[in-house]
Amino acid sequence: MGSERTSWQFCLVVGLAWLILLFLLLPILVTVPVSFTPERYVSMPEFGDWSLRPYESVFSGDQWLNSMGQSFVIACAATALSVVIGTLAAVGLWRLSSRLADMVRWLALLPLIVPPVVSALAFYQVFVQIKRLVGLRMLDSYIGLIVAHGILAIPFVVITVSAALANMDLRQEQAARSLGANMRQTLWHVILPNLKPGILAGAVFAFILSWDEIVVTLFVTSRRIFTLPRRIWSGIREHLDPAIAAVATLLIAVTIIAVVVAVLMRRRKEASQEG
Amino acid sequence: MTVLGSRRIDSYWVLVLPLLLLLVALYVYPVVKVLVVSVTDPTTGLGNYELLATNSGIQKMLWVTLRICVITSAITMLLGYIVSYVLVHVGERHRLWMMLFILIPFWVSVLIRSFSWLILLRPDGLVNDVLVGSGVVGEPLDLVRNEIGVVIGMVHYMLPIAVLPLYANMRGIDRSLVAAARGMGAGPFEAFWRVFLPLSLAGVAGAGLLVFIFSLGFFVTPAILGGGKTIMIAEYVSIQILTIVKWGTGAMLSVVLLATVALLLMAMSRVINVREMFGAK
Repeated sequence: MGSERTSWQFCLVVGLAWLILLFLLLPILVTVPVSFTPERYVSMPEFGDWSLRPYESVFSGDQWLNSMGQSFVIACAATALSVVIGTLAAVGLWRLSSRLADMVRWLALLPLIVPPVVSALAFYQVFVQIKRLVGLRMLDSYIGLIVAHGILAIPFVVITVSAALANMDLRQEQAARSLGANMRQTLWHVILPNLKPGILAGAVFAFILSWDEIVVTLFVTSRRIFTLPRRIWSGIREHLDPAIAAVATLLIAVTIIAVVVAVLMRRRKEASQEG
Repeated sequence: MTVLGSRRIDSYWVLVLPLLLLLVALYVYPVVKVLVVSVTDPTTGLGNYELLATNSGIQKMLWVTLRICVITSAITMLLGYIVSYVLVHVGERHRLWMMLFILIPFWVSVLIRSFSWLILLRPDGLVNDVLVGSGVVGEPLDLVRNEIGVVIGMVHYMLPIAVLPLYANMRGIDRSLVAAARGMGAGPFEAFWRVFLPLSLAGVAGAGLLVFIFSLGFFVTPAILGGGKTIMIAEYVSIQILTIVKWGTGAMLSVVLLATVALLLMAMSRVINVREMFGAK
């Protein structure tokens, strides 16, 4: 297995691959030094001149913290919505096999297939229409954005839960049913416990989708709702504030920690399964 | 057992109902309505679609979009192929480190990634500082607010999206075939070119199509790095709707975008069996 892989051609290709990987990761890290600049504009600080001012402006004023709070609340609610609806639907579709069920499977994937700007347009006008018909304000409101993000996240939940279901033993469900359990009991005591990893994965995808979502948010919010992505977006468009670099650095740090932990946990699980 | 069994199966529709109602009412209906708006605003008829043939601004924007997406997809697939190939052939620890360098950018928000590139590529940004400071160029290069910056940003975003499915596909290639070719006297490059590459082309086509579809509808990176001078279709639609308030044009372009994506996906769906993906038995 190893002998032909040590040819000089292969080493060259490995070198090329690492150049590409450095291209992938290093540019993102430029926000780190910029977040420590003492100036009021985006710049690289001199060597002895690093300052915490950008971080101070993030944590002192109301603006960034409010935005983070709004994003968090909306992401949690959207995750809850998509996990409940998506999981139930995935379980239902697992046991259905008609042409209508096939159509519903495609339907569940639709928010993933449709380009975000088209989704944004669709949500915008249906929210306007709901205000006109029922008087409920969904534009620039928590409920509107939660519903929109929840719908966008449903495909992810359905996909991860369906993948978990594909690995589940059908006979457990059949056994429970033949022993007299009704659907609610079967669901709660037999099916869902097996799906916890799939549901968790779907929930993570849904949360991150909502937390980072900007395109739909741009269309359906204006002044009252100003999520973190919107604040970053308008910051970039109006005035390159080092505070953006500080926020970016914090988010990148969280991402790095989360990915490293996830990869290490996966590796440890695989290693323990072999041992 | 059959009558009782089929009645039990049907009750599973209760679980699917919430998704069905929510998506039909608040997603399918609105998207269809966009189609309707494209032929009713400002007047009924295909006037908006005629703009595709008459309006040179729109034609230029579509051409720019297509050009950028093709270039982005080509570069991304080339770079992604190299990374995936190495991923498949190295040992586990090496692969782990490579995966970290792929997954971390993958999970960082697109806004932050575009912001980083803006800082780097500006006339007074890091890249130009290095180029001018070391004497390679006399003046700062124009690397943002044009297609170059947009392509760089888009390739950077699309690379993990290309690598992950390509890697999964390459793992399925039987490498003893390559070893057999070597055993019969082929050099390393010839064995790759005549055995491994052809076997990987299906995966390349699938991942490439995916990258291309993503690129078509891309909003954030082109908007930030295009600087209002290089405009792709998603940003153009948002300007029509949010700034100029020309719903008919915006809706028409949305329909064009959606139809293109749908056609490309239908070409791709010949490879994926949706029912198996959902585990239905």
